[in-house]
Amino acid sequence: MAKVLMKGNEAIGAAAIKAGCKYFFGYPITPQNELPEYMSKEMPKVGGVFLQAESEVAAINMVYGAAGAGARVMTSSSSPGIALKQEGITYIAGAELPCVIVNIVRGGPGLGGIQPAQSDYNQVTRGGGNGDYKLLVYAPANLQEMVDLMQEAFDAADYYRNPVMMVGDGMIGQMMEPIEFKESVSRFELPLKDWATTGTKGQRKPNIINSLALDPAELEKHNIHLQEKYSAMKENEVKYEAYNLENAEVVIVAYGTTSRIVRNAIIDLKEQGINVGLIRPITLWPFPEKAFDLIPSDCKAVLSVEMSMGQMIDDIKIAVNGRYPVHFYGRSGGMIPTPEGVMNKVKELVGGAK
Amino acid sequence: MAVVYQKSKGLTDKETHYCPGCTHGIIHKLVAEVLEELGVLGDTIGVAPVGCSVLAYDYFNCDMHEASHGRAPAVATGIKRVLPDKVVFTYQGDGDLASIGTAEIVHVAHRGEKITTIFVNNAIYGMTGGQMAPTTLIGQRATTAPLGRTVEHSGMPLRVSEMLATIDGAAFVERVAVDTPANIRKAKKAIKEAFQCQLDGKGFSIVEVLSTCPTNWGMTPIDALKWLNDNLIPYYPMGNFRRPGEVK
Repeated sequence: MAKVLMKGNEAIGAAAIKAGCKYFFGYPITPQNELPEYMSKEMPKVGGVFLQAESEVAAINMVYGAAGAGARVMTSSSSPGIALKQEGITYIAGAELPCVIVNIVRGGPGLGGIQPAQSDYNQVTRGGGNGDYKLLVYAPANLQEMVDLMQEAFDAADYYRNPVMMVGDGMIGQMMEPIEFKESVSRFELPLKDWATTGTKGQRKPNIINSLALDPAELEKHNIHLQEKYSAMKENEVKYEAYNLENAEVVIVAYGTTSRIVRNAIIDLKEQGINVGLIRPITLWPFPEKAFDLIPSDCKAVLSVEMSMGQMIDDIKIAVNGRYPVHFYGRSGGMIPTPEGVMNKVKELVGGAK
Repeated sequence: MAVVYQKSKGLTDKETHYCPGCTHGIIHKLVAEVLEELGVLGDTIGVAPVGCSVLAYDYFNCDMHEASHGRAPAVATGIKRVLPDKVVFTYQGDGDLASIGTAEIVHVAHRGEKITTIFVNNAIYGMTGGQMAPTTLIGQRATTAPLGRTVEHSGMPLRVSEMLATIDGAAFVERVAVDTPANIRKAKKAIKEAFQCQLDGKGFSIVEVLSTCPTNWGMTPIDALKWLNDNLIPYYPMGNFRRPGEVK
């Protein structure tokens, strides 16, 4: 298929529809508005439903209902809106229902700003809502990768019966890039949704969608079951890119559009005789811990570069486990790191230019 | 021998957890009978709330979905939009619907969502132990209004049916009570009409059922029924506020 030039938010919508998403419940918030707008236009054409809810809370609970009824369903929002959705997300995880949630991240805390940020790392990887649960979290670095991952996001949600989050910083939502919508074959064997609330027809026992378990022993059993699922995700769903790790004096860890800025810095640093590698998590959860075993033993430092005040750095420290010193460079509030800023930080770590 | 009465097929055999004298059991029975009589039990998905009837999903013999506090109308919206030919209802108390869930109930009505809501109003939070609700009467004592509710501190009790009847998408709005056999019969009639309204695709339908809470009101079941009649009904008048086809 030929490449098309699309805006990120619209490309997400197109990819979701192509992945079989038929229901979208949303609420306006910048910088993701083009996505619900696109869905309102395109969903009716495929026999699907777009509905603008009265709030983010209502939208995620509509997703909860639709997912329970067996639908492929999606919602989207941006940071403060995702905070509101956390109530529904923990119920969806607890009741083991599939859905895809798109988070086009903006700066915080509070109402924050509307410019790109990565300060939702903790919000999306640490559960966000109450209880012991995890989301499968994808953080693509460009629109092609975002589009390619969408089918997998819906399939993985169905396979694991778990909410999946697609994270893009504001730039991913707002930028335009050429995209090719490829045909893909699912790597999952998807189970029948025989648990869905579609009416018994008098032919089976009622299905119940629920996250309540008043008996502590029963709830613990449920949590152990969920944990087994998360272990399987850790085993099978980790995605990352390792770049230029061989002979790297410094290894930078960065994801999303920040990783593209870092890549430019790495190229420029190489010309100046400083060899820097990149670990780019594509799944923020599960975090690619094993990638850190690829770091050369004489590497001087690991550097986390984020569009936040330093959130992923905690996971990096766990993965590094004391093997290398871990440093941080970041911008926040909608300010975007520059290659020069990254380069200066690396030079500081290696003791100046060579 | 002819069978003159039997338990509705709309209820499971599970023993309920409701307190002695609580009217949830009666209301469950009425909903179950209506679903059975309309022949839609196998095509119904119910949404349970958070509150005393949180475990309703164990009692109704149809597919059930347990919502978070106040969000049952949003969950029901999601289900109904996926399965427009099915019957979808929410069963909610007054803490759930009239307090934390006001946005969801107003907008399910505003959209004219073709679902039915059974709104059980006993003027108090039951499950959590008798706290004040937006529906608690002036002077009524609650664990968070130990001297009784006052207008100055908490305003006047919220009349949900009257409020929802102002919304065009609410096709059927009626308030009933379950304090006497005669009122129970009227309640069943209203519940049936509400579900019929959904089946006819007319819009959102809601039946507010004035109910008792002997435990948290601190009364015997019989005194509670009398208190309902003497106090709740005067402030929350029974009757129909809206029917399909009516222009107000």
